[in-house]
Amino acid sequence: MVPGKTTLPMMPLGRGARRKNSQLPRRSRRQPAETGRRFLDLRSGEVDIKHPKVRHETVLPVRAPNLTMQYPQVQINHHYARLWTGHDFYPQFPSFATCSKELKECSGHVFVDSVPEFCLPETELIDLSTVDVILISNYHCMMALPYITEHTGFTGTVYATEPTVQIGRLLMEELVNFIERVPKAQSASLWKNKDIQRLLPSPLKDAVEVSTWRRCYTMQEVNSALSKIQLVGYSQKIELFGAVQVTPLSSGYALGSSNWIIQSHYEKVSYVSGSSLLTTHPQPMDQTSLKNSDVLVLTGLTQIPTANPDGMVGEFCSNLALTVRNGGNVLVPCYPSGVIYDLLECLYQYIDSAGLSSIPFYFISPVANSSLEFSQIFAEWLCHNKQSKVYLPEPPFPHAELIQTNKLKHYPSIHGDFSNDFRQPCVVFTGHPSLRFGDVVHFMELWGKSSLNTVIFTEPDFSYLEALAPYQPLAMKCIYCPIDTRLNFIQVSKLLKEVQPLHVVCPEQYTQPPPAQSHRMDLMIDCQPPPMSYRRAEVLALPFKRRYEKIEIMPEPPPRPAQPTSGKKRKRVSDDVPDCQVLKPLLSGSIPVEQFVQTLEKHGFSDIKVEDTAKGHIVLLQEAETLIQIEEDSTHIICDNDEMLRVRLRDLVLKFLQKF
Amino acid sequence: MPEIRVTPLGAGQDVGRSCILVSIAGKNVMLDCGMHMGFNDDRRFPDFSYITQNGRLTDFLDCVIISHFHLDHCGALPYFSEMVGYDGPIYMTHPTQAICPILLEDYRKIAVDKKGEANFFTSQMIKDCMKKVVAVHLHQTVQVDDELEIKAYYAGHVLGAAMFQIKVGSESVVYTGDYNMTPDRHLGAAWVDKCRPSLLISESTYATTIRDSKRCRERDFLKKVHETVERGGKVLIPVFALGRAQELCILLETFWERMNLKVPIYFSTGLTEKANHYYKLFITWTNQKIRKTFVQRNMFEFKHIKAFDRAFADNPGPMVVFATPGMLHAGQSLQIFRKWAGNEKNMVIMPGYCVQGTVGHKILSGQRKLEMEGRQVLEVKMQVEYMSFSAHADAKGIMQLVGQAEPDSVLLVHGEAKKMEFLRQKIEQEFRVSCYMPANGETVTLPTSPSIPVGISLGLLKREMAQGLLPEAKKLRLLHGTLIMKDSSFRLVSSEQALKELGLAEHQLRFTCRVHLQDTRKEQEMALRVYSHLKSTLQGHCVQHLPDGSVTVESILIQAAAHSEDPGTKVLLVSWTYQDEELGSFLTALLKKGLPQTPS
Repeated sequence: MVPGKTTLPMMPLGRGARRKNSQLPRRSRRQPAETGRRFLDLRSGEVDIKHPKVRHETVLPVRAPNLTMQYPQVQINHHYARLWTGHDFYPQFPSFATCSKELKECSGHVFVDSVPEFCLPETELIDLSTVDVILISNYHCMMALPYITEHTGFTGTVYATEPTVQIGRLLMEELVNFIERVPKAQSASLWKNKDIQRLLPSPLKDAVEVSTWRRCYTMQEVNSALSKIQLVGYSQKIELFGAVQVTPLSSGYALGSSNWIIQSHYEKVSYVSGSSLLTTHPQPMDQTSLKNSDVLVLTGLTQIPTANPDGMVGEFCSNLALTVRNGGNVLVPCYPSGVIYDLLECLYQYIDSAGLSSIPFYFISPVANSSLEFSQIFAEWLCHNKQSKVYLPEPPFPHAELIQTNKLKHYPSIHGDFSNDFRQPCVVFTGHPSLRFGDVVHFMELWGKSSLNTVIFTEPDFSYLEALAPYQPLAMKCIYCPIDTRLNFIQVSKLLKEVQPLHVVCPEQYTQPPPAQSHRMDLMIDCQPPPMSYRRAEVLALPFKRRYEKIEIMPEPPPRPAQPTSGKKRKRVSDDVPDCQVLKPLLSGSIPVEQFVQTLEKHGFSDIKVEDTAKGHIVLLQEAETLIQIEEDSTHIICDNDEMLRVRLRDLVLKFLQKF
Repeated sequence: MPEIRVTPLGAGQDVGRSCILVSIAGKNVMLDCGMHMGFNDDRRFPDFSYITQNGRLTDFLDCVIISHFHLDHCGALPYFSEMVGYDGPIYMTHPTQAICPILLEDYRKIAVDKKGEANFFTSQMIKDCMKKVVAVHLHQTVQVDDELEIKAYYAGHVLGAAMFQIKVGSESVVYTGDYNMTPDRHLGAAWVDKCRPSLLISESTYATTIRDSKRCRERDFLKKVHETVERGGKVLIPVFALGRAQELCILLETFWERMNLKVPIYFSTGLTEKANHYYKLFITWTNQKIRKTFVQRNMFEFKHIKAFDRAFADNPGPMVVFATPGMLHAGQSLQIFRKWAGNEKNMVIMPGYCVQGTVGHKILSGQRKLEMEGRQVLEVKMQVEYMSFSAHADAKGIMQLVGQAEPDSVLLVHGEAKKMEFLRQKIEQEFRVSCYMPANGETVTLPTSPSIPVGISLGLLKREMAQGLLPEAKKLRLLHGTLIMKDSSFRLVSSEQALKELGLAEHQLRFTCRVHLQDTRKEQEMALRVYSHLKSTLQGHCVQHLPDGSVTVESILIQAAAHSEDPGTKVLLVSWTYQDEELGSFLTALLKKGLPQTPS
């Protein structure tokens, strides 16, 4: 209960948010340029479905807006990390004699040839062993967890919901599996030399913290990291050291996705990350509980504020149908969980009416089966419609029926059963959406040369042009239907109006229009007072003024300690001296003279005389030689040393006053 | 005096008809709303007229909580909500909400269609009743209103079974419902955190039993089933469709697989497949092992266990049949029992507790001649075995839970009086908390001492700390401040701040006392003597002699003056404010006694 600091420092340890199409030099290093090219380890030769060639991405940093908050004794780490695309550079550049082995050329562009690497959240700025708690918002936001729990001295607790952990595990498992399938001995490191990197063109030369980029973790590390997570449910109040309470709330974005409330007895911080107000499969966003926040930290908004997810789904379906009807194949690079559930549900409703019932749908991922199975057992985390299906009892997602009727088939990889079952034309859902590893690479090479085929990008995390760059020239059609259900700026302002936080804190990028659309003043957060913004590794003092602490009071005052009178025959005078620290109540009110005099008379005083003075009155008790000066805000009793009389007068005066 | 009142309307020193009224900090909560399997008359439902004589139940009760889907915990719910009339919220977990209406419908069918009872609740009433249900997640804090919150904990027992914490301010009650402290083949163990409730209301079905290890019981069960089918006998296992049934199915399924047995195993009626489906969809509520492996192999997809048809009962040769209901009080299990009871080769295994009045209870207590409807007497020659597979905590488990929760007191329900008494003593001895076991309709009143949380202004707190001692948890401190109550928030501030906030001016009350002393010395000298006297007497107080000749003790001012008429008398003017009342009063008394003759 020690009164704590009145400010609450907050450190963003990762990129707060990413915006595409960045043109500003400062920001361009955080965001990939749309027009970039990247290197791929291109191997020539035919593609054989049984022996797929795999392309290697240059570098894949992990995006990690990652905030640390410090309450008096608790550090809370909002941490999340998502994959995002790497950095490119241009070929027409001075020679790189020293690192030429790492550089390869493709269609006139040069790329780094390396094992994929990932950018971690900031680990230099704070000592992670001093972080007590990590709160996970959703399964996309925990991809860097093994790096932190396994190698930083972090010993705190990680909190996440059960679906977040289970699906997060699947995403990590898929990533590890994809990477391990294409072993490569060497990470490219020479280009990271500051003297060389400095000479490279933007955005590569601006890539942050390249020296800290790391290779993928192992499954062992994943398991160890996940075993440190404590499962929590929505609206569960979790006490942290008696100092603060944290509560996850449904954020409506994904299965088990959460916003977090961090509150002490008198301050409330809401951390809103990756939220959606649209009706998709997850439980709707809990907005009510966000009310009365002193500070609302807002991040994880939509990557594509101008695209309407509903329209995109429509476009997805029609493009898919068109391609298949023309005898072409459709490739959908995707994550193994999330939007794919919604897409499958749309297709479930769409395929019969579109005459696609005979077209096989393949879902290829090492975790495809698990993902489909897990989606059916989290009824309690789903929207109302899906929840009520379980009561029938029926599986909440219709993909169960698609599997039963053999319309949807899933395979761990393109090896084995798949190569026997494979029929064309077909629709394939597979990863990785960056097109840098995973089975998707194989299908790009298999289908890229025919204009009958279509690749449809739905995941918003990667620029499709960048993803495609190394495959150029391509004959296949490319459709960009990014489906990002997270909050757009209109929804944000609706949300803020509803929730009315005292202060909004958000990444700097949200406080100005996107660089490519600088005239779009509607594509930024607009609220009063204006949001406080932060950048990576910046320490922000949150505007708290702590004025109260919580204590408990007893219904009755404790008995006064008994004076130790007995035993000693003679007391010293000083034993009786009253303690000057006893309670000293203040008085308030005023004394109406007439009533006071009446009261005195009632109590047996006679011979009372009242004189007026400049500021009030003097009441004279002539018999008792006593004088009472009464003014608006003071009373002075002057009397002889007659304690009885004084106490009587005192109590009569006090009758007119209030004690505080 | 604040208190918690508990009145069992059912399950007080009894098993069945669980229904417990709890009043806590002005909130009234009803825990469970069950029926009694042993009765077919009025006594099967709790006496709801006890709750309120003429008011509406909705006005009186803040909420109803259902712990799990067994009928002795939810069987009276449609009667209560639709026929007696209750429109407030009913809380239960998702699986309970899913399964409860099915069992209620089943129960209704047996009562109305088979027994022809009139004035029973209808299917529509079950539906309407379920509309009042609010589903809760495990560990979610549900705010029933501004003050009352409830939270569910995992209880094991059956799919979706939960224990509930009911909390108002600092007072709380934990109600266990039925629970199981050892994980079984399909469910996990009950768990509650150290929530230190004011009262723990625990079931006590197995209050005196310490059960042998689960493994032994399982081996025993398999051995008995195996021996019976080996010698060509039929095995009847009366179960409830959900719960034990799944555990025993898993057990038999794996045994059949291992031993490569071909004897058919049946499971009665369609409810079962549906039941297994619920287990598949609510797999997150099962135990760790099943949850971990469900993608590869779903334990609730049985290969050896097939659906039962009524005609099969007359088939020759051995078989194993799971049939509902579990206490042989009606339905298919009773039908099969009547068919097979006469053959000593057959066996009935009762895997759970049977309430008094049921056929199950009768045969378990050794009765071999049963009077059936129409004065028929059924002679039971088949072997009767009892295997405690009920997922209730045994005495050890109950003690373990009490240890986990650390309650201030314990109240036992859902058990037999004699056994309860034993456990009650044990709990009182071991945990040194009072333990109650009220009968139905009897009210237990527990005085509580709620804490009153208030916000103390940092200014006041810092001032307190400046006086020394840092605040210590759990140690009482006396401090003076003003409590401002506004919009149900309590704030403790300094008196000055309170006056300021309320826009009031301070009124200063000052006293000046004239102390007459016989002394001829000059005033200045007089003052000096007063100073020396006080200085030596009041050690530890700040006594000062000011240049103007006056003396101060702390903030009390003493001046010496000449008497206007008598030169041999001097007057000491002692002046203090109301805040220094005690010291001022003390000083005047002290000075009145006079000054010592020789200045020290």
